[in-house]
Amino acid sequence: MLTASAILTDGLVYAAYLFIVAIGLTLIFGVMKILNVTHGSFYAFGAYGAATAVGIYSNADWPAAAGFLFMILLAMTIGLVMGVVLERGLLRLVYGKDEVVIVLVTYATFLILEDVIVLIWGPQSYAAYQPMVAAGNIEIGELVLSNYDIVLVAIAAALAGIAYWALKFTRYGRLLTTVIFDRETAAAFGVNVTLVYTATFIVGAMLGALGGAVMAPKIAVTLGIGVEVIVLAFAVVAIGGMGSIEGALVGALIVGICRAAAVHLVPQIELFVIYGVMALVLVVRPYGLFVRAQPRKI
Amino acid sequence: MGGKGQLVGGLMFLIAAASAPLLPDWVISLATIAFANALVVLGLVVLWRVGLVSFGQALYYCIGAYTVALTARWTGFNDAFGLVLMGGLAAGLMAILIGFLLARYREIFFAMLSLALSMILYGVLVKTESLGSTDGFAVTTPTFLGFAPHAQALGRALYWLTLGVDAVAAVLIAGYFRSVSGSLAAPIRDNEIRVEFLGVSVTNIIHTKVAVAGVLGGFGGALAALAIGHVDPNMAYWTTSGGFVFVTILAGAGSVAAAFVGSLVFEAVRSFAVDVMPGLWQMTLGSVLLLTILFLPDGLGSLMVRLRRRGETKATRAGS
Repeated sequence: MLTASAILTDGLVYAAYLFIVAIGLTLIFGVMKILNVTHGSFYAFGAYGAATAVGIYSNADWPAAAGFLFMILLAMTIGLVMGVVLERGLLRLVYGKDEVVIVLVTYATFLILEDVIVLIWGPQSYAAYQPMVAAGNIEIGELVLSNYDIVLVAIAAALAGIAYWALKFTRYGRLLTTVIFDRETAAAFGVNVTLVYTATFIVGAMLGALGGAVMAPKIAVTLGIGVEVIVLAFAVVAIGGMGSIEGALVGALIVGICRAAAVHLVPQIELFVIYGVMALVLVVRPYGLFVRAQPRKI
Repeated sequence: MGGKGQLVGGLMFLIAAASAPLLPDWVISLATIAFANALVVLGLVVLWRVGLVSFGQALYYCIGAYTVALTARWTGFNDAFGLVLMGGLAAGLMAILIGFLLARYREIFFAMLSLALSMILYGVLVKTESLGSTDGFAVTTPTFLGFAPHAQALGRALYWLTLGVDAVAAVLIAGYFRSVSGSLAAPIRDNEIRVEFLGVSVTNIIHTKVAVAGVLGGFGGALAALAIGHVDPNMAYWTTSGGFVFVTILAGAGSVAAAFVGSLVFEAVRSFAVDVMPGLWQMTLGSVLLLTILFLPDGLGSLMVRLRRRGETKATRAGS
C-alpha cells in the first residue's frame, strides 16, 4: 500500500516536471511545425539562471517567498531574451526549409549554446537547494512529502488550466488555433502570422526556462542537463501527439507513473521503460495518442 | 559517379593503403576511426537521399561494437574478419526487424522513433552492471587469420582491414545508387504517392534502405570497437548519432566519396580543435553546421560539383 501511494505521488511529481518542460516544446511544434532541440538550452539556461538567483538571494536577507519569485522571474527573463534573439535572428531565415533541416538548425544552435553556458557559468556545477529546504516537508499518513513538490504539481496544473483557457476563450488563442489549422488561409484572412510565430516562440522559450528554474532546487545544476531533458521531453510529446497540449499532459502522466513504478519495483529498467512505452504507443498510434493521421497530399 | 570517378576513387584507396607504412601512428589511428565512422555516414547518406534523417544511427553502431566485444569476451573467438562480419550482420538483423516498424514513418517521426530506439539500448546498457555499466569494458586484441600482430603492426592491420571493408562498401553502394531501387530515391523524396502509382512499394524501398544503413552502421561500429579497443554505452547515445548526422549534412548526399572525405575532414578538424581550443569544440561544430545549412544546403560535395560545372562552361566557351 505504501509502495502504491509512493508510486502515485512520485509519478505525479515527475509528471508535473515533465509537463512543464514538454508544454513549451509541443506549443512551438503545434504552431510552427518546428521540433525545437534548442528547448534543452532554454531549460539549461533557466536552471543556471535560477541557481544564480538563489545564490544572490541567499547572500541577501530577503523573505523566502520573494526568493522563489525572484528565481522564476530571472529565469523567464532569460527565456524571453533568448526567444526573441533566436526567432528574429535565426529561425526567421529558415522558415521555408524542410522540417528536418530546421531540426538540424535548432540542433546546431543547441550545440553552440552548450558552450555558451560554459563561457558564462564555467564548468563547475551549482547547488540551489535553499528554496527546497525553506519549503519544508509535510506528513500524510506514513508518506513524507516535500511542500516544494506540491508547489510543482500546482504549477503544472495551473499551466494546463491557463493553456486551456487561453486557447479556447481568448482572442489570441482563437487566432492561434486558426494558424495551427491552416497557416495560409489564416494569413489570407488577415491574421499576422509572423507576429503569431514570434509570440509563440517566445512563450515556448519562457516555458522551457521556467521548467529549468523550478527544477533547479531539486537537481545539481551541471553541464549536460539540457541534453537529458530534451530527449525526455521528445518522448512525452511523441506519446501524446506532437503539438497537442492535452497530449503532453497525458504523455507526462503516463511517463511519470511508469517511471515511478519502475524505480520502486524494478530499478534496472528505469531508463528503458520511458522509451519502451513511447515505442509501444507509436506502434499502435503512429502519430501519438491525441493526433489523427493526416491524409496524404498528392 | 561515372567510370572516371570510380577510377579516381579506386586510386585514392590504393594510395591510402600503400602510404600506411610511411605515416606516423597517430595518423593511422585517426584515419582508422574516421574510415570506420565513414561507413555509418554512408548509411545515413543512403537514407538522406530519400529525405530521411535518422537521429538513432548510433543504435547499429553500438550493436556492431558490442557484438564484437561480447563475442570475443564470451567465446574467446578473436579473428578480426569473423568478428567484423558478425558485427555487421547482427546490426543488419536488428535493422531488418526495426524496419518493419520504422518504414511506416517519415520526416520528424522517423528521426524521433529511431532516436527512441537507440535510447532504449543506451538505457539497457547503462543499467547492465555485468557489462561495466557506463564504463563499458575493454575489447580483446584481435588476430588476423592466425597472425597476432602487436602494437604498431596491429594498428596498420586494422587500418588495412577498415580500408578493405570501406572499398567493398563503396563499390556496392555506388552500384546500389545506380540500380532501380537506388535511383528512385529522388522521386520518393519529391513525391511518394506518384512513385507508388508507378507500381513500386515505397515502404519496401525504405525498408531496404533502413536495412542497408543498419548493416553499414554495424560494420562501422565493429571496426571502431577493434580500433579503439574499448566499448561503452555512449556509443548508443543520441549525441553520437548527432555527430554522424552532422558529418552527413556537411558531406552532402551527392556521392559515395563525400562520406569518406567528410568523415576524414571531421576527425582531423576535431582532433585539432580539441587540442587548440578544448572548451569551444561544440560551438565550432554548431557554427559549421549552421553555416553549411544556410550557405551550402547540399553539403561540401556540392562545392566540387559547382567548381566542375564552372570549369566545363569555361571549356565550352573557349571551344566555341
